[in-house]
Amino acid sequence: MSSYENMEGHYMSELQEADKMETVTKSPIKHSSTEDVKYKLIAENIVASYDGVVAVKNVNMKFRDKAVTALIGPSGCGKTTFLRCLNRMHELTKNAKLTGRVLLDGEDLYSNEQDPIINRRKIGMVFQKPNPFPTMSIYDNVAAGLKLNGLRDKSIIEQIVKGCLEMVYLWDEVKDDLKKPGMSLSGGQQQRLCIARALAIQPEVLLMDEPASALDPIATQKIEEMITELKKEYTIIIVTHNMQQAVRVSDYTGFMYLGDLIEFGETKQIFENPRNEITAKYVQGQFG
Amino acid sequence: MITVEQRAEFRKHFRYNVSRRLVTDKIIKGVVFGCVVITIIPLGSILLEVFRNGASALSIEFLTQVPGAVGEAGGGIGPAIQGTLLLVGMSSLIGVPIGVLGGIFLSEFGNNRLGKTIRFFNDVLAEFPTIVIGLFAFIMIVLVFGTFSILAGMFALSIIMLPIITRTTEEALKLVPISYREAGYALGIKRWTIIMRIILSSAKSGLVTGIMLSVARIGGETAPLIFTILGSSQFFSGFDQPMDALPLRIWRLSLLPYDTAAAQGWGAALVLILIVLALNIGVRYVFLRKHGRSLHVRITGGG
Repeated sequence: MSSYENMEGHYMSELQEADKMETVTKSPIKHSSTEDVKYKLIAENIVASYDGVVAVKNVNMKFRDKAVTALIGPSGCGKTTFLRCLNRMHELTKNAKLTGRVLLDGEDLYSNEQDPIINRRKIGMVFQKPNPFPTMSIYDNVAAGLKLNGLRDKSIIEQIVKGCLEMVYLWDEVKDDLKKPGMSLSGGQQQRLCIARALAIQPEVLLMDEPASALDPIATQKIEEMITELKKEYTIIIVTHNMQQAVRVSDYTGFMYLGDLIEFGETKQIFENPRNEITAKYVQGQFG
Repeated sequence: MITVEQRAEFRKHFRYNVSRRLVTDKIIKGVVFGCVVITIIPLGSILLEVFRNGASALSIEFLTQVPGAVGEAGGGIGPAIQGTLLLVGMSSLIGVPIGVLGGIFLSEFGNNRLGKTIRFFNDVLAEFPTIVIGLFAFIMIVLVFGTFSILAGMFALSIIMLPIITRTTEEALKLVPISYREAGYALGIKRWTIIMRIILSSAKSGLVTGIMLSVARIGGETAPLIFTILGSSQFFSGFDQPMDALPLRIWRLSLLPYDTAAAQGWGAALVLILIVLALNIGVRYVFLRKHGRSLHVRITGGG
């Protein structure tokens, strides 16, 4: 929080510098220690469209393991579409088209041998609006991905459900009400339930599409604390409209505008020393 | 931009006549309420009439015995009750699964030319005169096997059920928000499992409503039964034999010129209404059970 708010004066001089720079960075900026860091997920030349309208234009991005990458940008800039390309959800939309490659641990998700269902189990997703299954109890919501994928062993399921609810700090709040409908929880609890549900299938990557935008500040804070904790084990990619949130939770930030990835780098650099003029204007709140 | 003068001008065009609004509001409310009353009057008077005339006919013997000699008092509608329960049950066994699966197809895979064609013909079938369906069953089953039979009746009634269930299932499934499907896909669950385990259960109340509508519909069908089960004064004796059913019995009793027959007809009508009502409440109670919900909510669907 503080780092962002204190930056106002600092920005003006940065902006003038940015004016002089003409580079529109479309590819990830190489960090000095790039070589010894492993990339979990690599998106190459992603072009995605709906009904012939191109939403994502040739985006290249590399996501580091055990780090949080934030995607920011004004509404309609293609962040969510891009996120949905990463676990093959985009292709479920009618008339959606996609070209490019997404490599998970070096394997192309879009090569024909790869089953989208298996991939989606490796790449969990949390949606903007909490969407617990309405007919299922709290317990069954977390267990849904396990049971409906054919896991039968009750003791394993029980362990996973408890563990995942603990990971999202929900266990203490619901441990006596596991049989109550998932819908009976508050909005923030529902969202944490959905995160627990996504974690239950033991993914390696977690995609979050504005997970806190429908929540109040306290629930948001809980989700953010949880993301910081989860990052120790997962590759997390989070789309957010809230720039302070990006500053608070992410290690890397990508700024998207009109379907292009304008700038991508360390969060500190993007917010304090953006190299691109549009990025500078956006992070200062001059448009968007 | 709108200037301050313009805004003042615009405001003059709005009506702020509150008392007139209140009057309009009351009138509309009155009209709506009136329409409800008009709708309820026939329903209420039919129920009242059936209860008034039919209640006196009810007795254990009436419910369990075979019909007596024509024109004489005594005898019951046992075979008709048995026949109706049997026909509704067996037709549901055929009609419900096929209808629900058809609805799933239309909702999940029917967004194309084939789906549109099937939807159109399904709607046509739903509006078919049921006597034509009875004739069809007569030609297909009765003439082929050479006998009026329960099977022919089941065949006809399940055809009548099918389009209703298919259509209501499709509509109920389409109402399930896409976010539940997406949540399922994001968990790597197979499409078929998502449909069967998540979408269907979310749409349960719509599904049950559709099924109960169709059950009520076939429970009261008379015309197709004339061509298929024919009617009988004996209890069940085989699926290839003629059988009685309540609507058929009511129709036959109403044709007789005796007072005792008329009273029995009213009694049979009352029994039919009670059976449909009991089925409706029973099915809703069993399938729409929800945690912490009252019986009233279960039956009315939560409103």
